[in-house]
Amino acid sequence: MALSRLASSSSSSSSTVGSKFLKPLTAAFSLRRSISSDSNPITIETSVPFTAHNCDPPSRSVETSTAELHSFFRQMATMRRMEIAADSLYKAKLIRGFCHLYDGQEAVAIGMEAGITKKDAIITAYRDHCTFLGRGGTLLEIFSELMGRVDGCSKGKGGSMHFYRKETNFYGGHGIVGAQVPLGCGVAFAQKYSKDEAVTFALYGDGAANQGQLFEALNIAALWDLPAILVCENNHYGMGTAEWRAAKSPAYYKRGDYVPGLKVDGMDVLAVKQACKFAKEHALKNGPIILEMDTYRYHGHSMSDPGSTYRTRDEISGVRQERDPLERVRKLLVSHEVATEKELKDMEKEVRKEVDEAIAKAKESSMPDPSDLYKNIYVKGYGVEAFGVDRKEVRVTLP
Amino acid sequence: MATLFQGLGALTSLSPSNSKRSLLSSRRSLSERKAGIFVVRSDARANQTGARKHDLLITNAVATKEGSSVASTSKPGHELLLFEALREGLEEEMERDPNVCVMGEDVGHYGGSYKVTKDLANKFGDLRVLDTPIAENAFTGMGIGAAMTGLRPVIEGMNMGFLLLAFNQISNNCGMLHYTSGGQFKIPVVIRGPGGVGRQLGAEHSQRLESYFQSIPGIQMVACSTPNNAKGLMKAAIRSDNPVILFEHVLLYNLKERIPDEEYVLSLEEAEMVRPGEHVTILTYSRMRYHVMQAAKTLVNKGYDPEVIDIRSLKPFDLHTIGNSVKKTHRVLIVEECMRTGGIGTSLTAAISENFNDYLDAPIVCLSSQDVPTPYAGPLEEMTVVQPAQIVTAVE
Repeated sequence: MALSRLASSSSSSSSTVGSKFLKPLTAAFSLRRSISSDSNPITIETSVPFTAHNCDPPSRSVETSTAELHSFFRQMATMRRMEIAADSLYKAKLIRGFCHLYDGQEAVAIGMEAGITKKDAIITAYRDHCTFLGRGGTLLEIFSELMGRVDGCSKGKGGSMHFYRKETNFYGGHGIVGAQVPLGCGVAFAQKYSKDEAVTFALYGDGAANQGQLFEALNIAALWDLPAILVCENNHYGMGTAEWRAAKSPAYYKRGDYVPGLKVDGMDVLAVKQACKFAKEHALKNGPIILEMDTYRYHGHSMSDPGSTYRTRDEISGVRQERDPLERVRKLLVSHEVATEKELKDMEKEVRKEVDEAIAKAKESSMPDPSDLYKNIYVKGYGVEAFGVDRKEVRVTLP
Repeated sequence: MATLFQGLGALTSLSPSNSKRSLLSSRRSLSERKAGIFVVRSDARANQTGARKHDLLITNAVATKEGSSVASTSKPGHELLLFEALREGLEEEMERDPNVCVMGEDVGHYGGSYKVTKDLANKFGDLRVLDTPIAENAFTGMGIGAAMTGLRPVIEGMNMGFLLLAFNQISNNCGMLHYTSGGQFKIPVVIRGPGGVGRQLGAEHSQRLESYFQSIPGIQMVACSTPNNAKGLMKAAIRSDNPVILFEHVLLYNLKERIPDEEYVLSLEEAEMVRPGEHVTILTYSRMRYHVMQAAKTLVNKGYDPEVIDIRSLKPFDLHTIGNSVKKTHRVLIVEECMRTGGIGTSLTAAISENFNDYLDAPIVCLSSQDVPTPYAGPLEEMTVVQPAQIVTAVE
């Protein structure tokens, strides 16, 4: 099935905002079959070329394999299913507080993992469920943490916005917009200090891109040649404010000025993989680089935001039909005859079952013990008293 | 336990000769030794914190005593200024642990605006003593991020007031990450800098940030006041796995004192007994200690016997030392440099009245600075801060 290729530039010339999302989509893939055998390498062209600022963009041909495409599909299906399940759990009041869902943006998390190793560090903001899963988290840990149970990754004390996984260098999980970028540059500094040959990906959104501390940290990172990669997950809305209403220059990859940037189609997992590999090589040699991932979220900003007051339902469904990352991989798998539609549907059913089992198990997990309130405030606590609500009762010695 | 007796021996041999010497010399080191023993020997405790606290304090107390007992018998120690003491502490820790690094404005090539980091960049290189651009929010965040991976940065705010720009990083990330990550990450940073009212520096450069930071859960705050405790607290803060904010004072950097030659580390949670007494307990910290000691001279001439304690640890309070003192004197006066509203003094008043209400004969008096921005004019500036004469009046 040969489809015509339409070269499209990333800057929109049309006047309406909505059509901007559909434009990149109308380009399609061209296939190049390699000699077929079992777990095959395949080279696929990304649908949209990379746009570069102050650097040479990487090639559009991405090396991948059938096994990798399979894993992409499975992981994305898991993430998609997980976020939808989290939606229902929130509405059932099992998850409280804030819940920021990532569905629609899965390609960024998965493509990034494919391009780097677990030695590299990732730090992100509060939309971290899928990033955590990509870094080796389990569904049980995720659902337990969301429901505030003791089996959660932060023992129930962090919540949706505070997922961390030290073993695989996932540094969270942060609630305050933009605060994670200086932290990420600090992790990159530590990597340079210890000569780790690893890089740090500091993710933030288009809303956070206007934070001053981001530019402060970028200046320091560029000055000290830190292996920091700043990734702007541009889903075009900062909560309820569209990017053109918040940023004078929505070309976030250019905002680094002296720091090179790359704009990537964030709904194309292979483009993300290529960009992240390229960025890692660049950062290890030349210092920081900014990646802008052009992506989209189907849900609102969080569960308390319907997501339709500032954008039309047509826009959302339009993107879902034409640019959905999961569907793309499905089409790739089918068109390369790596898997049949039925096999993929079966895989999705398996995934759904896994997610449901994890939820059931998480529901059985217990709430944290009251003594956990005082644990982990200090490292090696030294017997300080902590007071209860009225400062007279519940005098507890901090463990 | 042999060291206990050795220390005791040293103490008794020195005490008769050091009755009314000058304030800045051995009395302070003497009282520190006594504080060490004080803590170890006492069994009656107001708050039952159990063996854990005993252990930690005993270790530190022994370290102090060992150092001091050797000092009294063999070497006389060396004299230096407070900022040099801080530098010594920092240098020793940087030599000991390659993970310690310093970041701040002008700490490297310039040598530090108060010369605390002078020559360290030449010795340890640019990667360990980092000159940052003027971006407090960012470099405090970077220090915390680096600490999450295991480095031990010492972040310097050129003036404590500038750290208000980094409040989000200090409060949310520094204090809380250990908790919200379920114990996965620890943040062994030291945030230090000069604060307090200086000589006509103006309102914005004369801030007392201890009152703003004191509610942040997860951090420890200490204030140094002498070269002796400056070095000890700096070392302890760097070795601690918790985030520590070390408050220095602009006007105290040029204090001279003799400190021991050998290595010593002070306990971060201990208060220092400056002058034991019987009639009233005066609690203070940082620069106010000197105002109090000045007032104490007047008070002694008038026949009063004040007990002066430098609380040093601003979060958490050393309620043990303070409690024992209250039980002895039954009267408390707190002298601090924070503002009247919401300062360390108010928290301390609350903590003492709740815990030791039965032992108090009179209400706690708290002398703090006025709730005004610090004016530039000299006389006005003096009026905002507590002066010795006021302390004397309050005691009477």
